Amino acid sequence: MRRATAGLALLAALLAVLPAFARGYALSVATLILYFAYTGQAWNVMMGFAGQLSLGHSLYVGVGAYAAGALFFHYGIGPWAGLWVAILLCVALGLLVGFLAFRFGISGVYFALLTIAFAEFTRIGFDHLDWIGGPAGMFLRVAQRDTWDLANFRGPPVMYYYAMLFLTAGAFALCSFLLKSKAGYYWLAIRENEEAAQALGINTFAWKMLAVAVSSAMTAVAGVFFAFYYNNLFPEQIFHISRSIEIILGPIIGGIGTLFGPILGAAVLTLLSDGITELLGALGWELPGIKQVFYGIVLLIVIVFLPHGIWPGLARKLRLDR
Amino acid sequence: MTWDLVANVAIAGVLTGLVYGLMALGLSVIFGVVRVVNFAHGEMMTIAMYATVALFAAWRIDPFLAVVPVAAAFFVFGYLLQARLINPFVTRPEHSQFILLLAVAIIITNALMVSFGPDARNVQVDYQLESYAIGPILFDKARLYAAGMALAASAALFAFFRFSLTGKAIRACADNYLGAKVVGLDVKRYYALTFGLGAACVAVAGCMMILLVDVTPILGPAYTLLAFVIVIVGGLGSMGGALLGGVLIGLSEALAGLFIQPSAKSMISFGLLILVLLFRPQGLLGKKA
Repeated sequence: MRRATAGLALLAALLAVLPAFARGYALSVATLILYFAYTGQAWNVMMGFAGQLSLGHSLYVGVGAYAAGALFFHYGIGPWAGLWVAILLCVALGLLVGFLAFRFGISGVYFALLTIAFAEFTRIGFDHLDWIGGPAGMFLRVAQRDTWDLANFRGPPVMYYYAMLFLTAGAFALCSFLLKSKAGYYWLAIRENEEAAQALGINTFAWKMLAVAVSSAMTAVAGVFFAFYYNNLFPEQIFHISRSIEIILGPIIGGIGTLFGPILGAAVLTLLSDGITELLGALGWELPGIKQVFYGIVLLIVIVFLPHGIWPGLARKLRLDR
Repeated sequence: MTWDLVANVAIAGVLTGLVYGLMALGLSVIFGVVRVVNFAHGEMMTIAMYATVALFAAWRIDPFLAVVPVAAAFFVFGYLLQARLINPFVTRPEHSQFILLLAVAIIITNALMVSFGPDARNVQVDYQLESYAIGPILFDKARLYAAGMALAASAALFAFFRFSLTGKAIRACADNYLGAKVVGLDVKRYYALTFGLGAACVAVAGCMMILLVDVTPILGPAYTLLAFVIVIVGGLGSMGGALLGGVLIGLSEALAGLFIQPSAKSMISFGLLILVLLFRPQGLLGKKA
């Protein structure tokens, strides 16, 4: 554990001083890695801890982004107030999905499909909602980009980097606390054997609902970040199932149910994707789609040979697991 | 809006729905036996659609003749996919299986993108423009033939599972894995056979679907989702349920396109899926787990 703490401190220090060396494109890639690390951590609470496979987390990103974005767009209400609306809405939605699923005893593949259905349903619904621009999208005013305006969450790229770093660190701390708390142990019990957990007197329904609430609230925050970082929102993009898949790839490749897995997975996948682009560019292979073919092949190889993800094996090698 | 129009749209919806049903049947058979959800199902169908386009472009082979080589090739492809790649994953957790098949789906979609480019492709045969008329009701020839082929393929598959010894063995593997092993069945080989058969279903559906819609490489995920919706509505693992689900979704899509907006049609399908999952999670014709 001592080695792990030291490693973590080193990593945090490195990330804190990174903007001194990385600018422009490199900084945006770093921000993206942190974004996926954060959303992956949020998804991990539901799947990695409590064992509920959600394939529709883009629902919470999208609703969170649109809630805060629309308040800003229509009424000039800043992101700090919008954040709470976004969280409340997403938790309510998450609890609705959870309530319906867990009350009717839906789990596993069926639960996953239910979450996809809700995300797709919302995507098409938003496409027909004129208030938020429908398929033509919603564009937030882009203001001053060089001074830090924290009240309106407007500023240079480095501000967004630090915001995301802060969120990722916060999510890490929260998850490590949750794992060691009563909730964490109950979740693991539910994940491993729900019937046995129930037989021991755990109210599995309530604890699964808690996992959904925590996960959707965390994801809503990512949505608000997304809205104010990219400034344009399209239902077709933000709710699309491929967005949900992007969120879950990191933790699965990194190591599901672990604290470092989502961070490692996000870094590996984002750098891999960029590396393939660079490599193919250098080779002069510029056909559309060829990059994703290689990406798919790497994904296939990783899941075939490292079924538990990269982190568990790596942690043992580095002797960080004790 | 006249009744003729509604009836014509509804009939077209039901006929398309039968082709959907055959596609979903492949998914349902694979899940019912192997217990793996084929997340690359729609992508496999786009391969079949492109194969039909390529055969037609090269040698003017009619899609109804192309069914034979395409289905045979898909059977081999599905068999090898299960035997080489998916069999070790049968006992792994669902999210592992999901990523595996997702990777296959990503490779398929983008390999098609690399080979055929992003433009929409189709085939043009004479009977696509013709129709049979009974009074004011019109039956598109292409749609009618496609639906007939879908029904024939489904019936053949049904008969295979009901009457042939191999079919019975596959059902035994699905019913009781351990029991099947005890009586000496090579379960992994039957899994591969099943995946091959499921792939052949998709192939036939793809050959027919190209008569009805244009194909682009990125069509795959939408068809994968559509196949899920259909089998959940009909009942995962139930063969009749897949056809019934296909017809229901085809009909609801067509009517939603007429009465609401074409772009909102899949909202009805997903709404239907949510309702079925909540009130009859085993599906309309599924058996209770």
